[in-house]
Amino acid sequence: MSTLFDIIASAGLWAAVLRIATPLIFGTLGALLSERSGVLNLGIEGIMTFGAMIGWLAVFNGADLWTGILVAALSGALFGLLHASMTVTLGLSQHVTGLGITLFASSLSYYIFRLTVPLASTPPTVTPFRPLAIPGLSDLPFVGPALFTQTAPTYLAIVIALLLGYVVYRTPLGLALRMSGENPHAAEAQGVDPIKVRYGAIMAGSALMAVGGAFLTLSAFNSFFPTMVQGRGWICIALVVFASWKPARALFGALLFAFFDAFQLRLQAVLGDVPYQIFLMMPYILSIVALAAMARRARVPQALMQPYRRGER
Amino acid sequence: MTPETVLELSHISKRFGAIVANDDISISLRKGELLALLGENGAGKTTLMSILFGHYTPDEGTVRVDGVELPHGRPRAAIKAGVGMVHQHFSLSPNLTVLENVMTGTEPLWSWRSNKKAARRKLLAIAERFGLEVDPGARLGDLSVGEQQRVEILKALYNDARILILDEPTAVLTNIEAERLFRTLKEMARQGLSLIFISHKLDEVMAAADRIVVLRGGKVAAERMASETNKAELAELMVGHRVTRPTREPATPGETVFQASRLTVTSGGIDRLKEIDFFLREGETLGIIGVSGNGQAALSQLMSGLAAPSSGEMRLFGEITPALDVHELVEAGVGRIPEDRHRQGTIGEMAIWENAVLERIHTAHFSRAGLVNRMAGQALAATIIEDFDVRGGTPTSRARLLSGGNMQKLILGRNLYRRPRILIAAQPTRGLDEGAVAAVHARILEARRQGTAVLLISEDLDEVIGLADRIQAIVKGRLSAPIAAEDADPRRLGLMMSGDWTSSEGQTDAP
Amino acid sequence: MRLERREHRPLLLVVLSPILAVAAALALAGILIALAGAPVLEAYGRILTGAFGTRLSATETLTRATPLMLTGLAAAVAFRARLWNIGAEGQFYLGAIMVAALGSSALSGLPGPVLIPLLFAAGALAGILLMLVPLWLRLRFSVDEVVTSLLLNFVAVLFVSMMIEGPLKDPLAFGWPQSMPVADHALLPKLIERSRLHIGLLVAVVTALVVHFLQARTVFGLQSRAAGLNPEGAAFAGVPLGRTLVKVACLSGGLAGLAGAIEVMGVKGYVTTDLSPGYGYAGIIVAMLANLNPLGVIAAALFTATMFVGADGMSRALSIPTYIADVTVALSLLTMLVAIFFTQYRIRR
Repeated sequence: MSTLFDIIASAGLWAAVLRIATPLIFGTLGALLSERSGVLNLGIEGIMTFGAMIGWLAVFNGADLWTGILVAALSGALFGLLHASMTVTLGLSQHVTGLGITLFASSLSYYIFRLTVPLASTPPTVTPFRPLAIPGLSDLPFVGPALFTQTAPTYLAIVIALLLGYVVYRTPLGLALRMSGENPHAAEAQGVDPIKVRYGAIMAGSALMAVGGAFLTLSAFNSFFPTMVQGRGWICIALVVFASWKPARALFGALLFAFFDAFQLRLQAVLGDVPYQIFLMMPYILSIVALAAMARRARVPQALMQPYRRGER
Repeated sequence: MTPETVLELSHISKRFGAIVANDDISISLRKGELLALLGENGAGKTTLMSILFGHYTPDEGTVRVDGVELPHGRPRAAIKAGVGMVHQHFSLSPNLTVLENVMTGTEPLWSWRSNKKAARRKLLAIAERFGLEVDPGARLGDLSVGEQQRVEILKALYNDARILILDEPTAVLTNIEAERLFRTLKEMARQGLSLIFISHKLDEVMAAADRIVVLRGGKVAAERMASETNKAELAELMVGHRVTRPTREPATPGETVFQASRLTVTSGGIDRLKEIDFFLREGETLGIIGVSGNGQAALSQLMSGLAAPSSGEMRLFGEITPALDVHELVEAGVGRIPEDRHRQGTIGEMAIWENAVLERIHTAHFSRAGLVNRMAGQALAATIIEDFDVRGGTPTSRARLLSGGNMQKLILGRNLYRRPRILIAAQPTRGLDEGAVAAVHARILEARRQGTAVLLISEDLDEVIGLADRIQAIVKGRLSAPIAAEDADPRRLGLMMSGDWTSSEGQTDAP
Repeated sequence: MRLERREHRPLLLVVLSPILAVAAALALAGILIALAGAPVLEAYGRILTGAFGTRLSATETLTRATPLMLTGLAAAVAFRARLWNIGAEGQFYLGAIMVAALGSSALSGLPGPVLIPLLFAAGALAGILLMLVPLWLRLRFSVDEVVTSLLLNFVAVLFVSMMIEGPLKDPLAFGWPQSMPVADHALLPKLIERSRLHIGLLVAVVTALVVHFLQARTVFGLQSRAAGLNPEGAAFAGVPLGRTLVKVACLSGGLAGLAGAIEVMGVKGYVTTDLSPGYGYAGIIVAMLANLNPLGVIAAALFTATMFVGADGMSRALSIPTYIADVTVALSLLTMLVAIFFTQYRIRR
């Protein structure tokens, strides 16, 4: 028991929680935004991979770190545009299109990476984001090293989560977004164009997903390698359900999830005789459990996965 | 001095493929007027209103509000010009609050704050002015249908509508709610709003409207002041030619084939049917009348073998059965015509022959050892197409390509070709044109003549009066005692449908 | 300009749609090749010769196509019934590890003709068991099976990794994480000497024919199609939705598990965590390219295998990354979706 307490009482754990949570926060918010408008975006896994690759590549080629983040966001928006034109304009299956985009975006990432960066025994690296000290706060005992030694994108993720919560519930744009995901016919009848809203939400959401991927290569690690996203995108999709499509709860869900992940990593060191794979399975199994627990209780956007065509009921 | 014209539709035409929905229609609306747009299903009413409101683009014609032409296909422009629409299927979202539903689209999209306080004040003021009280913070899904309609009207008024279009506003309301609605509408007209309501009900048109425009086959058939016409004339104008519905011989009831005693069906924690009693006899038709949404769906689900009762007793052919099962029903000779042809009755992307045999695919004639006998299936489909005059398809073409009437004939055919002992017909003619209606009615009467016990669940009063031998009303999941069809007059049926059964007491004739 | 639903699907367009889709995907991928500074036509030419130029390469392509046919069928039968089984990758691995476990155990004392079918069944069973988890979650808790079956892929691969580093570890593999090899007589006979091509190809082709027969001619096929196209209508006609879905899930999971079993017994003889270069995911593409038609799956699997095998040779000659094959195949899924769309809709001005 005392080991468990030691783990929880270490500032390192909490710092790790925030670090692990960051890509999940970006990804979950991105998926949430898209789903609130009525469109499931299973392209997330591939878009995160592409964001990780292209953001890294930009920095590797001399761009500064924020430009890398921006390039990733733009690439995400482009994949979002592709997803939107197929699922919104053509009304194709959101499931299959999303999976197709994941397969396309990931293989394209590997292709471009291999093409531009020659094979080497040690992968090339960039200088990632450095922890950003917040005057006053970072010097506090325990709380300082635990919560205020993160890199800038982590703080950005938290700010975006809170901002999105505000936008969704407190602004006309948020209402238009929710109405498009609940009843696009009603939105249309009141002069809100659900097609534009969906395009916007999918593209903005995909940009967030790609930034989540870029965090991996520009902050959490400093190099890109294939399959590095490791199903984080799918976990985000599960987290959206767990969060019942609410941004603040998505933030909480991502942190909770990251806590378990950081905790198990440390537990692994203590419980050396348990196969490490058991610990690695935990995030996926946890996601499934969270889905099962929440699926019936969550208030699903009523028009989620229903294509909208003007004049067709 | 004639009041000013606020709305003018000129020479509107709209075609969908080969179908002409609107053919050179011109209508004008004056300030403070309550205009009824009367017509049967498919007369083009809803299309016309969708054009007015910008959902559809007309092929020809113009819409003018206060003399200014509206651009086509832009709902926003219609709203701005002061036109509000109350849809038949509400354009509301159950997961949002009343206030959020009303506010959608009313503020500039890109502003940093939604002014909910001001919106709430404005909404409450409007509600008070017209007597449409409602709780702005309530989640819409928690409200009754009547309250939801109020929200829909408030939404239009909130957008400063001066012209209000209501599409079949009473379709989902109880009589009392409907009366209340028309009182509100008249009050609005008195306060200077201009209103159009779409309807196919002669009574309410006569009772509420100042002026009546009759649409038939996509054209304006006539225009009358309410004070200068009567129901008989309107009925004739609306239907155009007197369609002869099949006349029936008196029933010769045989033995009781089905009996329900104090049946209750519960789903989602709500009693959909409450302690209902009824029985079916050979060669006789029992008609169930009622306003939609009073338990008809649950009753047809139950009788089709898709739901089980939570209490009460059922006897099928004299034997007690805890629940009906689709296969048992089909094998025991119970024919089932579902409420919704497209969603329940057919699988559009499958072939006609597959649709014909799917419900009896397990019988030895259509499959053996798990293998489908295609020849037998296609032969049956060919027979049904021939005998039941299904047009527009072959056994191997997809069911989706059939028109509504022909789809219904296919469903009738697969049920009637084996002379069922019982036929459950739920809304058998909903949405069909008059020709198809007549064909379906003839088939049902023919089945009854041959000794089938028919349960007819219909919201079309004329249909029930024309076909049924006994009539029961369904109200909030309860069934009235039966009355004989000869004793049915519109007043009595109207009372039964509003849940006032005292006038029909003492008519029970037990088996 | 607006989209209008077609009354009839033109047969020619339906037949041509996969070809048009593949052509479009190749054209788009051609841009990527050109951007890399390589001659596009030559690249495609080299892919073809790389896949079919020699006897060896042709057998290699067919070897690759074998698991793709089976995972393609797994996706096709599930999608037809609107069961979104995206877990073929995990089911593949579980089927594989099951065969490695049993094929290296005391059971391997059985004679080949008994052992091989037994291992096939065991592999299929493993796939079924894994597929039943998302199905159960869907029926019991209404959880979308897409995400759960995807997440289980990661769990399955980790489980396999745990097995081959633990109880099933091959002590003779110089520390490399790989499973014990299956007994020699459990290996599938070669179809052509001095190649990797094994009779698994025949098994896959026959399976496709059987699945086609099941779907086209049996009560199960009719009912599962009805359940997929219109669940409410199917229920009204007495189709037991839950039971049909369970059957479909078993068929789908079983096919993916069988794919893993055959890959172990036909090609490698043991299991590693890179046994599948994404066969499960590629199966989705194969199924869509085939328009969910089991016979079409054979052709679509061949196309996909051609791209994968051919890209190896092309890559070496023109120094284009082999990932171009994955890109092209993924693109063909997207273009196929659009092509299917235009068999159902047309553009009206």
